Parts: sequence; C-alpha cells; structure tokens
Amino acid sequence: MELLAALTAGGLAGIGMWLLLDRNLIRVVLGVAILGNAINLAVLTAGRFAGADVPFVTATSIPPDPVNPLPQALVLTAIVIGFGLFAFALAVLKSVRESHGITTTDRVTEVTEEAAPDQEEPGFPSGQDDEDRVHAPGGRR
Amino acid sequence: MNALIVAPVVVPLTTLLLGVAFRPHHAIVKAISVVGAIALLLVGLRLVLLAADDVVLAAQMGGWQAPYGITLVIDRLSAAMVAITGVIGMATVLYGMVRKGDADVLRNFHLFVHGLLAGVCGAFITGDVFNLYVWFEVLLIGSFALIALGGGRRRLAGTMTYLVLNLFATLVFLMSAGLIYSATGTLNMGELGLIFRAGEVPPAATLAVVMMLLAFAIKAALFPVFGWLPASYHVAWTPVSALFAGLLTKVGVYALIRLVTLMWPDYGDVHEVLLWVACATMLVGVLGAAAQNEVRRILSFHIVSQVGYMILGLALATPLAIAGAVFYLIHHIVVKANLFFICGLAARLTGSERLAAMGGLYAKAPWLAILFAIPALSLAGIPPLSGFWAKFVLVKASLADGFWWAAGVALVTGIFTLLSMTKIWNESFLKAHPQGEQAIKPLEDIRWAWWAVSALALLTVLIGLGAGPVMNYAIAAAGQLAEPAAYFEAITHPGGR
Repeated sequence: MELLAALTAGGLAGIGMWLLLDRNLIRVVLGVAILGNAINLAVLTAGRFAGADVPFVTATSIPPDPVNPLPQALVLTAIVIGFGLFAFALAVLKSVRESHGITTTDRVTEVTEEAAPDQEEPGFPSGQDDEDRVHAPGGRR
Repeated sequence: MNALIVAPVVVPLTTLLLGVAFRPHHAIVKAISVVGAIALLLVGLRLVLLAADDVVLAAQMGGWQAPYGITLVIDRLSAAMVAITGVIGMATVLYGMVRKGDADVLRNFHLFVHGLLAGVCGAFITGDVFNLYVWFEVLLIGSFALIALGGGRRRLAGTMTYLVLNLFATLVFLMSAGLIYSATGTLNMGELGLIFRAGEVPPAATLAVVMMLLAFAIKAALFPVFGWLPASYHVAWTPVSALFAGLLTKVGVYALIRLVTLMWPDYGDVHEVLLWVACATMLVGVLGAAAQNEVRRILSFHIVSQVGYMILGLALATPLAIAGAVFYLIHHIVVKANLFFICGLAARLTGSERLAAMGGLYAKAPWLAILFAIPALSLAGIPPLSGFWAKFVLVKASLADGFWWAAGVALVTGIFTLLSMTKIWNESFLKAHPQGEQAIKPLEDIRWAWWAVSALALLTVLIGLGAGPVMNYAIAAAGQLAEPAAYFEAITHPGGR
C-alpha cells in the first residue's frame, strides 16, 4: 500500500514539475497545485499506513491497533493552507491574463523588467492602474 | 509567563481581527493598527530585557508534552528578532499613514501588515518544524496580499513570479518536514537536535534536513536560488518593499541559523557548502546591483549580497562568527528597511525612482540626504556605524579560522557596496535634477514617514555607538545557540516546567 501511494505521489510530483516548467501561466499554476497535492500524499505516506483502529483514546479504553493520527493532522493543515494559496494564485492568474493580457512566463519577466513608471511615489496605491504611465520599450503585445 | 510567550503572535493577530471587525471605519482601523504595532514593539522590548537576564521562556502549547505538543521557545535570538520585527512593523505602519490614495487599499495595507507580522513572529518563537511551516504559510499569504496591493500590470506580473517561486519553496519545506517525520519520528526541533548531535542519524533524516535547508535557502535568497527576489521586490509600494526587505528573507536566515546550530554545532560538510554559498551570494548579489539603474533594484540585489554575510557567520561556526551573524542580522534589518523608506521619499520628491530621472535632492532636501547617508554608509561598513562592527567581527572570525579568502570576499563586497551607494548618492542627491530645480515637489503628507525614517536612522547610530552591549548580547545569543538547553530540556524533562 505504501509502495502504491509512494509511486502515485512520485508520478504526480513529476507531472507537477513538468507543468511548472511550461511557458504557459495556466499550466504553471496548475503545476503548483498538482505538486502540492503530490506532496500532501507523500507526507501522508511517509507517516506509514500501519494500524487499523480509529485512534480515539477514551477514559475507559485504548484502541489495540490505532493508526498514527499525526500525519493526517499535518496533511489536513497542509490541504487547507494549500487550498487558500491556490485560490489566491488563481485570482492573480485571472487578473494578469484577462486585465493585462499576460499569458506566458516570458511576458511576466518582460513586464517586471520594464522601467519604473515615473509617478509621485513608486507603486503608490492611487487606485488607478499604472498601465498608461509605463514608458516601456516595446509596449504591450 | 505563558501569556508573554504567546504575545508575539497573539498581539498582531488580535490587531488584525479587531481591524477586520472595524473595517468600515478607516480612522479606527489605523488607530488600532498603530496601537497594535506599539504593543508588539513593547512585547519585543520586554522579551529582550528578559532574555538579557538569561531568562529563556519555553512552553508546551495545549498542555501536550514534548515531543507530541508544539514547543515554543524564546531565547536571546528569538527575543531580539521579535523586538526588531516590532521596530520594523512600527515604522511600516507609520510610513503607511498617508491621507491621499485609495482609502480601501490603504486600510487593507494595515490589516495585511499585521497578518504578516503574526507569521514572522510565529516563525521566530516556534520550536517545532511543522509549526514553522505553518508560520511560513501565514507570513506568505500576508506577503502575497501586500505585494499585489494596489494592482497594476507591472505589479501583478511581479506578484506572479513571487507567488510561484515562494509556493514552490514552501512545498519543498512541507515535503522535507514529512520526510523528517518519516525518518526520525519527531518534528520537535529539540529532539531532532539531540538525535543529530548524538551522531547516529539515519541517512534519510540527513537527506530530509538538507532538503529543508534548501527550502530555507530559497526563502533567504541564497546563491544560486535568489532569482525571485530581485525579480519581484521592486514592484510593490514603498513600505511593502521595505517591510519585505527588512524581514522576509531574514526569516529564512533565522531558520537556517536555528536549525544548523541546533543540529551541527561543529564545523562539518554542511558548513563547508554554506561557506562557498555565502561567498558566492555576497559577490553575485553585489555585482548584480552594479548593473542596475533603479534605486529599489540596486537595493534588492544588495539584500542578496548582505544575506551572504550572515550565512558566512553561520558557516564559520565559531562562537565569534555566529555572534557576528546575529549582530549582522539585527543591524541589517534596520538599515535595509530604512534605505527602502528613504528611497521612497526621494522618489516622492523627484517623481521617479530611475536614477537617470532623479537628482537635485542635496540642494533641495539636505536633511533627506543626511538620513540617506547614515544607513547607506552603515550598509557599506564605514565606522563608527553599525555595519562596520558587523563586518569587522565577521572578517575577524574568518581570519581567525584561516579562511582568508572568505575574509577577502567580504571586504571586496564591502567596497562594491560602497560603490553602489555612491552611485545612488551621485545620481539622486548630488547631480542637478534633469528637469530643473522646480521639478522637485514639496513634501506633503510626510509627518509620520519622517518620524519612522528618523527613528530607524537613530537606531542605526545607536547600534553603532553602543556596539559593545549589542555585541555582548549577540555573543551570549551565540552561546545559547551552541548549547540550546531550553530546547533539549523540553524533551529530556517532559513536564518539568
């Protein structure tokens, strides 16, 4: 059982890494999500699948063959955190794709390397987009 | 005692929750934010005073004994880091007290800053590997929200880079935590330290810990995995950049110092690798800065370069070198954050942060020039400012150990740092503004930022002039790192406290 889970985790991690190395931003974000889930599975597997009983200790009884609850607790935490971060990543992805037309990792690098816009204060959250203030060579594709 | 040990986390979290509760009332949120920042600063100072009396706070959360429950430990290093976090948090909140701009965004800024501070402080006080992961995630989500604050094309592109590479680093950390548990059966740092110091380590455990060091290396922006930092820090709003520059990579450095000293107190293979990495980080960072022509990009590369100094101290592994690393950590956070703040003000005056479009500040705003000169000279290591003592101790420790080439790299890096600072000085302060003197705007809405910047500059001078007491504190902190009795006691005498 551990072997099967370990192989699955390894396969998923491979797929995740492959997607992460893609130029397309959607694939990159999906790659992070898949790699995250592969690692969640790997952490669960690393805690072994020994035991058969639910690990509830009461005042009167201790289960004879309890499973290890700690890896499950760890992975539950990691899943919740991973979900939140993935949702945020999707929101940023949607914004850079739909509002700003950035779809590839090359374009991301290009835009961040643009000269700083001349404005009152670098990055002051004035509420308006700094797009039309950018004097970038090449401009938007 | 128990209330004080959780205070570094509880104070910012309470501030955040109160802020969320009052979020329609912007003035109240700002007031809460300032009070919260002051409270965190006071908690930090109290912890430092306690630590200076050699009190080490340690507690088990939820009444579960180690190694099953989460251990929190505040020793000298943790206390100093919490205090300095309070200082930078206070300065950031003050700098963020501007009236113009999108009111909702400015309100959210205060909320996210406290969320981030909770994560940073949590990482500084925990004694449990998985708990450290959770705090990294807390500060990460806060930093994501902050770096994207205000939106815009360039900023969101930078956020994307920051997001993907930091998520990757965090996933590596999670994986290594799972593997450490699998190989050793514990996640408690104290028990891990005992296992590693006893010398009978399963190979899988060593591999897992090295993987974790890789994750921290990405967080700390060490060579060759620093690429995300100069690719993203320059896109954010000034106080956000300053907060990140001061604190975020230093959480990675802190984690490296904590775990390496806990597991390998004597010089070994890990230290040798770290020594090379440190020298490469110093050189590559400072050379990268030389090629930049925007203020914040120059400063971002200098963060990378300066982190190399701290890792140099860690890698040498002598008590003096580790004390130097701790001193450097304290000095660097104050100086680096202040440089970002000042360059934000300079850009406000001149209307740009491109060196070519700046100028004329020395004539028009001489007080700002003085305020820039203090942290800039300190960064380069000019006596009697704080950076001189930090570099002096590290170079002395390198030479004492016979690593003359490491000392040479540190000194050459110092010269290049001075070169970069001179470049900023010449271009933004000395030369005339390309559009004439009238192009320099009057400073409005600046009272709070002025206080923040002046206080940080004063702190730099004080650390420089009072280097003796600070260094004594750092030497004692290094002693505690070499013999972390509090970490081990939780394991060897469970329930003893």
